[in-house]
Amino acid sequence: MSETDAAVPDPDGLRAAASDRLLAGVLREESARIVAALTGWLGSLDLAEESVAEAIEEALREWRTRGVPPNPGGWLTQAARHNALDRIRREKRYREKLALLAEPETAAPERGADEPDERLPLLFGCCHPALSPDAQLALTLRAICGLTTAQIAHATLTPESTIAQRIVRAKRKIGATGIPLRIPEGAERAQRLDIVLTVVSVMYTEAHLVAGGDATADRDLADDAIWLARVVAHELPGEAEAHGLLALLLFHRAREGARAVEGELVLLAEQDRTRWDRALILEAHAVLERAAMLRRPGRWQLHAAIAACHTDAPDGGATDWLQVLTLYDMLRAYDRSPIVRLNRAVALAEIDGPRAALDEVDALRDDLAAYHLWHAVRARMLRGLGRDDEAMAEDLCALELTANEAERRLLAARAGR
Amino acid sequence: MKYVIMFTSTPELDAAVSPEHAEQVYRRVYEWFGTHADRITDSGAELQPVTTATTVTHSGGAPVVTDGPFSEAKEVIGGFSVIDVDDLDAAIAMVKTWPMLELPGNSVEIRPMVVDYSHMEQ
Repeated sequence: MSETDAAVPDPDGLRAAASDRLLAGVLREESARIVAALTGWLGSLDLAEESVAEAIEEALREWRTRGVPPNPGGWLTQAARHNALDRIRREKRYREKLALLAEPETAAPERGADEPDERLPLLFGCCHPALSPDAQLALTLRAICGLTTAQIAHATLTPESTIAQRIVRAKRKIGATGIPLRIPEGAERAQRLDIVLTVVSVMYTEAHLVAGGDATADRDLADDAIWLARVVAHELPGEAEAHGLLALLLFHRAREGARAVEGELVLLAEQDRTRWDRALILEAHAVLERAAMLRRPGRWQLHAAIAACHTDAPDGGATDWLQVLTLYDMLRAYDRSPIVRLNRAVALAEIDGPRAALDEVDALRDDLAAYHLWHAVRARMLRGLGRDDEAMAEDLCALELTANEAERRLLAARAGR
Repeated sequence: MKYVIMFTSTPELDAAVSPEHAEQVYRRVYEWFGTHADRITDSGAELQPVTTATTVTHSGGAPVVTDGPFSEAKEVIGGFSVIDVDDLDAAIAMVKTWPMLELPGNSVEIRPMVVDYSHMEQ
C-alpha cells in the first residue's frame, strides 16, 4: 500500500476497526489543513492547534473501534471547532474572541489547482529558526503530521511531559513574538527551506534510531517523513532541494526491506539486493532527475546522488567508489558536518586505502568521539590495516555508545561477543 | 508589532577593534538609524560603558547597593531601540543589517513588547 492509498478511507473498513496505519494516513492528510483553517478563523495558532490535537485524540478513540467515517476531514473539523468554542467559553482570556468570531463556512471551500497549499505556510512557521530544532520537530509532527503527544514521545524517546511542554512553548512563542506563518520570499527562502528539509530528514532518521527498538519497529515516523517530503516537493515544484530530499528518502526507503532480517541489521554491502523495492528506486531516480533539471545544486541532491550510487551497484563490490568520493568532495562545499567527513572517509578508504582514511577519521576525534559510528568506522580502518586488537577495542567502544538493540547485536557479533 | 531590540557587545573583545574600523562602523550606525527611521518608534538610548553600572538588589530584608552589572555575563547591553514592524521576520531582516554585527562579540536580542494589558483587568 502506498502512502496515498492509506489516506483514502476504505469503504469496507467503515464498520470494521481501523488499523493504525490507515488512521495515520487519514490524520496526516487532514491535520495541517484544519489547523491552518482554524488558525485563520480563530486568529490563534495555539488555540487552533490545541483544538485539533484534542479532536485527533477523540478520533483515534472512536475510529479505532468503529472505523473511519466517510468524511474524516469534516468529522475532525467539526470536533475541533467544538473544542475551540468550548475552550473560548471556559477560558477568560479568550472570551472576548467569541463575539468577534464570524460563523465559519460549513464546508471547507474546494481548493483550486493554482491556489497554494495552506499547509506550507504553517510548516514554515513551525520550522522557524527562532524555535529550537527539538521544538521544530515536535511541533511539525503534531500540527502538520497529526501525531499525538504520546506518539511523538514514544517515537523520539522523550518523556511525554517534555514533548507537551516543548509544543506549548513553541506555539506560545509563535503567537507572542509574531512569527509569521508564511513561506518566505527572496534570499531568505533557500535558508528557510533548508531548515524545513532538515526537520523532515531528522524525522526519517529518528524512526531508525529508537533506542531499545528493534530494526523493524517504529516505521511510522519514516512514513510521515516521506509523506511530508512529497507534500513539500509537490507544492514547491521549482525548489530543486525539495526534490533532492524526497529522492534521498525514497532511496533509503527502497532499501529498507533488506536492512533488517528477522530484527537483525544487515550492512549495506551485505544486503540481499533482490529485497530492494525496484519501483521506489525508479521513482527516486525520476525525482532526482527532476531536481537536476532545475540546475540548482545543493546538499540534499548530492546526498541523494550518493544514495543512488550505492543503490545502482549490482552488489556491494561493484560500487562506484570514485564517483561516491567525488560526490562527497562536492558535498563538502555545502555541508561541513563531521558526519559527512566521516562518510567520505569510508569512500576514501576504497580509493586510497585504509591508511589515508584512518588519518581522516582520526582528525574527527574531537567532534565525533561520542558517536558510536565514528568508532565503528575507525574499527573498520584498523582492521583493514591488520591492527585487529585495536579494531576490536573500537568495536566495543561503539557497542557501549549505542542504545539501539539491533545495532548493538550487529556490533557485538563483529566484536565476537 | 512592537519590539525592543537590545544591542549587546563583549567589552573584552572591543579592544581588538582598531579605532579607524570602529569609527567607520559608527558612521554606518548613524546611516542605519536614518535608513530605518520610519520603523524606529523610539531610538532608545546608547548606554555608558558597563563599568559605570550600579545594581540594587534586595537582600536580608533591605535593598543592597553594589558596584557593577546585575549579571556576571561577559556580554553586556550597550543600548536599545523600539521598532514597530509587521512581524518577527521583518524585525530579523532589519536587525541583520545592524552594522556592529561585524565586530567580534556583538549581537542583537529581539524581544516583543507587552502592549496588551487587557488580560490583567478584572
